[in-house]
Amino acid sequence: MSEDRLRAVVAAGVLGSEEGNVALLQSVVDVARAIFKASASSIFLLDEDTDELVFAAVSGEGSERLLGTRFPSSKGIAGWVLVTRQSLVLEDVTGDPRFARDFAEQTGYVPKGLMAVPLLHGERTLGVLEVLDRPESSKFTLAESDLLGLFANQAALALDLLLAARRARAVLEEGAGEDAVVARLAAALSRLEEENRDAGLRLLEALTETLERK
Amino acid sequence: MALVEAHEELPAWSLPAHAVEGISLSSDWPELVDREWAWGGSTGSNVRVCILDSGVESGHPLVGEVEGSVAVSIGEDGEPVVEEDSEGDLCGHGTACAGIVRSLAPGCRLYSARVLGAGYTGSGRVLLAGLRWAVEQGFEVVNMSLSTTKQDLAGLLHELADSAYFRRSVLVASAHNMPVDSYPWRFSSVISVGSHEGADPLQFFYNPSPPVEFFARGLDVEIAWLGGATIRASGNSFATPHIAGICALILGKHPELTPFQLKSVLHLTATNVAPA
Repeated sequence: MSEDRLRAVVAAGVLGSEEGNVALLQSVVDVARAIFKASASSIFLLDEDTDELVFAAVSGEGSERLLGTRFPSSKGIAGWVLVTRQSLVLEDVTGDPRFARDFAEQTGYVPKGLMAVPLLHGERTLGVLEVLDRPESSKFTLAESDLLGLFANQAALALDLLLAARRARAVLEEGAGEDAVVARLAAALSRLEEENRDAGLRLLEALTETLERK
Repeated sequence: MALVEAHEELPAWSLPAHAVEGISLSSDWPELVDREWAWGGSTGSNVRVCILDSGVESGHPLVGEVEGSVAVSIGEDGEPVVEEDSEGDLCGHGTACAGIVRSLAPGCRLYSARVLGAGYTGSGRVLLAGLRWAVEQGFEVVNMSLSTTKQDLAGLLHELADSAYFRRSVLVASAHNMPVDSYPWRFSSVISVGSHEGADPLQFFYNPSPPVEFFARGLDVEIAWLGGATIRASGNSFATPHIAGICALILGKHPELTPFQLKSVLHLTATNVAPA
């Protein structure tokens, strides 16, 4: 293995394994479900290439079966939350036939109520966190709303790690995409003589400053 | 390039002495602005309220008639298209907002601009095109329970929000309950709304520490839902139409108010500001 390849592999390893990141997502939905005493909780990851939401972690009802299941990104409650970036709490929606049908199609389990919150990371919307069937007896409070927001933040960070690790692996496996451009740039820079490398570094620093400028 | 065509009348860029009399504006504002003066006896009649959302189910018992509906999508050439809409509501949320506005301002005229259903990828541009359409129509109140986090759209949205402000379209937008940089609710030319925990639909608070400017009823609200149903729900997106409805009430009685004046009336009649 070449030195460059070794560095890339090490970098990808540092970013974490797919299993490790998925386990982090799983722990977020497990804890969310426990804290809210809910029957289930899920994280949907937005796949921008296909404009679909994908079950990335599920705790409770239907957990194993649902992982990887996809549906259109602007469909149903999760779609509304994703597109509007607004969180939503609904109680007793079983009287809505379309809601029940959508859920039955997606999960085979129709909840009476749900909480859904967008997973925001900087400018990006990475997905949606849902918590199904919290106890009906308790009235929803602002404190719960804040808690839901905190979980969403954690889930968004976990999703971001997962996506970064996947991009790193894609570079190793395919050598394509924007990360590959950066990798090639780094390689080219390292091959330059000292004087040219200093000039190159100054150029890249200027470029970085420009890109970071809001 | 300006997003919205300028008014036909040229704006006044300066004020010569001879023009002072021409802009003399009589004000019937009382010494003490209270809720009775602000909207007493008003049903919001003739005020046009546009619900920018997932569509609205016309004829729902809590909504009544919707006078016009359009849907915004991305056309084959990649540009946003605004067309008449017969799909109704794709999610239920727009109907819920329309029902809340109707419950507060039963005399208002409801319109729907559906910006949901075109997928996530084009959603920012669809939102922008929907809002542009609503501002061009001159709706007195636009209810927006939505936002975008895209920085490249923020500038265009800001320009549009300012344009609406000067064209007397009041944009009422849902705030986030987390410190998120999203738009347009953060702009001072819109009225941003978060939730309080009270149960009174006319209870609202002015927040002296923006960016969220008002708090309205947003928890455990009985709302209209698809298929003529009624459910209970919570979220800032339900607090927003409460303020939109109150705006419609005020404008029904005082149609001459500009968004700046309307916001002042909201401030003076807020639960934490109005004298007991």
